[in-house]
Amino acid sequence: MSVGKVTFTKVEREKLAEVLWLLNWISVVTGAILLGMGLFLKMEIQKWQEVMSEQGVLYVPHMLITTGLAACGINFLGGKICLDCADTNKFLRWKLVMMPYVICTFFFTACILAGALMCYNIRSELEESLFLGLRYSMLYYKDTDTPGRCYLKRMLDLLQIHFQCCGNTGYKDWFQIQWISYRYLDLRSMAVVDRLRNNVEGKFLMDSVPFSCCSPLSPRPCIQQQLNRPLAHFNFDQQSQHLNLWRKGCRQALLDHYTIIMQSISLIVLLIWLFELLVLTGVRYLQTAMENVIRVGDPESESEGWILENSLAETARSNFNIIKNLGKCYQVDNDPNINVPAMIAEQEIHSEQVQVQRTS
Amino acid sequence: MVVMKMKFPFQKRVKLAQGLWLLSWCATVAGATTFTLGCLLKTELRRRAEVMDNTDIHVVPNTLMIVGLASLGINYFASKICQDALDAGRFPRWKNFLKPYFAVSCFFTVLMLLSVIMSYAMKGSLESSLKAGLRNGIRFYKDTDTPGRCFQKQNIDRLQMEFECCGNNDFRDWFEVQWISNRYLDFGSKEVKDRVKSNVDGRYLVDGVPFSCCNPRSPRPCIQYHLTNNSAHYNYDYLTEELNIYLRGCREALVHYYMGLMNTIGAGVLSIFILQGSVLVSLRFLQTAMEAVAGKENTEIETEGYLLEKGVKDTIMEYLDPVLKFFLLKNGGKVEEGAAADKPAAVP
Repeated sequence: MSVGKVTFTKVEREKLAEVLWLLNWISVVTGAILLGMGLFLKMEIQKWQEVMSEQGVLYVPHMLITTGLAACGINFLGGKICLDCADTNKFLRWKLVMMPYVICTFFFTACILAGALMCYNIRSELEESLFLGLRYSMLYYKDTDTPGRCYLKRMLDLLQIHFQCCGNTGYKDWFQIQWISYRYLDLRSMAVVDRLRNNVEGKFLMDSVPFSCCSPLSPRPCIQQQLNRPLAHFNFDQQSQHLNLWRKGCRQALLDHYTIIMQSISLIVLLIWLFELLVLTGVRYLQTAMENVIRVGDPESESEGWILENSLAETARSNFNIIKNLGKCYQVDNDPNINVPAMIAEQEIHSEQVQVQRTS
Repeated sequence: MVVMKMKFPFQKRVKLAQGLWLLSWCATVAGATTFTLGCLLKTELRRRAEVMDNTDIHVVPNTLMIVGLASLGINYFASKICQDALDAGRFPRWKNFLKPYFAVSCFFTVLMLLSVIMSYAMKGSLESSLKAGLRNGIRFYKDTDTPGRCFQKQNIDRLQMEFECCGNNDFRDWFEVQWISNRYLDFGSKEVKDRVKSNVDGRYLVDGVPFSCCNPRSPRPCIQYHLTNNSAHYNYDYLTEELNIYLRGCREALVHYYMGLMNTIGAGVLSIFILQGSVLVSLRFLQTAMEAVAGKENTEIETEGYLLEKGVKDTIMEYLDPVLKFFLLKNGGKVEEGAAADKPAAVP
């Protein structure tokens, strides 16, 4: 009881082969699109990778790039095969390759689906990575003289300007870390010494933010210092305070930026997956139809094509048996049609006994 | 005397027509490219229109757009003409069309070259426009409550951050302008009152710059105020500090940006000009070669093609005569009639 049985005349088979050839070439283009999207995502992540704590997120663009390259290769081969399948004689060349090709394409199509789902689910991992990465960057903001950290100030400033954000969750994160280096603090001044003494860990904490938190939308010149004391500034009312700095935290801003990119990419990858599935189904039908034509022997006759020869359960069972028996060759079974010479049979039993002795 | 005479056997004519057809389609694409480049340049200029005092520089992208559109038409007709050229029956219907066609095409091709020259020549005009525009922008920076000027602060801030520049000529322009509005100055404080009194015009001038002048590459937190006072900041020397704020002026930055853009576009348009010129020259040769065939029984004879029938000066006069007569600048005909009428009367 086959799954999805369809009868094909000779003309229909040829048309199917032509259509599949065209679809395979379109799939090569979509494979290139997949590759392009993977490269774009990799570039976007690498642009701001210093604010991500670990590079685990990079497996998503790598998956897309690999799948894209595989798509181009597999569909290029598929195009060649389908073009030859229109003619029974040429099909014989590809006969042995067809089945492995179909299985390969099936697994590869599953990889595309996995890639799409990965893109969609990356949000929580990314959030954690950004939280830790931003905290680390802000902690070492002041270390512009330490090798390995000297670029963090510039990168964080550019990030806050570009994404219109301030701090990790909000601008108050800057109040909890020392972002002014000791090199630029006059340690002889009483004000500085007092502030250092007041802090438990001897850090110079201020209620001020770097210039990159300033918003150009504010109607007044930017107020960066003494933010906890609005009365220290003339006419610094609620509305002024609201417009003065960027209110959004950089973690949220980056998360939004990457979520939009990844969601659009995953949507496109899902569409590509559906298209690949269609191509795979067509190739399977063509393969089975051509094999049946050869079995019947008459190239002009009608033949049947199907997705699975037997029902799903039977196919699964037979495949499972094949996998189970894969490693075992020269099985001595009691088939009267096989002429097993007595000596070989005895050697087989002897070697089994030796193995049993060794293991016990 | 004929200019650039060349012999054209039949096969060469055929090859010329085929090559010209292909070339004219390439030139059509090139014309569309010219139009697109003009649109691009105009968009870029309009993005910074708030810091430009006048729109004189817009003549460059406007010309490019006109020339692009015209060249689409010119090359479309060129391809149609060369398609009909080898057919002796269809070619004569283009006869009356070709003279004005060549006049118009030459005009627009020369205009293309002019636009490239203009893009280099108008650097001075752009610079003075930016100088005036930026001066106004900096002057009205504080007027965020005045309608018509309330966006100046935002524009100048974004400009300085994007182009990594400060002020008009350099950051010292901010020292000469009151960029902090009176609404945010506490006139009860002694410091403010002293500073305002010590200024002739009663303005509050500081040796400080807005936050948008700050350079993210600086190793230390940005110093915006008391820039000229070394003792106000620890370990700071005004004269040797290079990374704290942007040292380049915004006028220089913008001129550099726009000239770079126009140079790139100019190089592209120059190559398109050469392509367009070659299309017209080939079409002229094809036309003159085919005209010699007209009326003959054997269409496969060898003919001569030339660029201009008379000399360059004579040809220009031939084209300019109708134009001048139209504008009544040359009333040659009327003067002669009057003289002829007078003469018989004068003789008794």
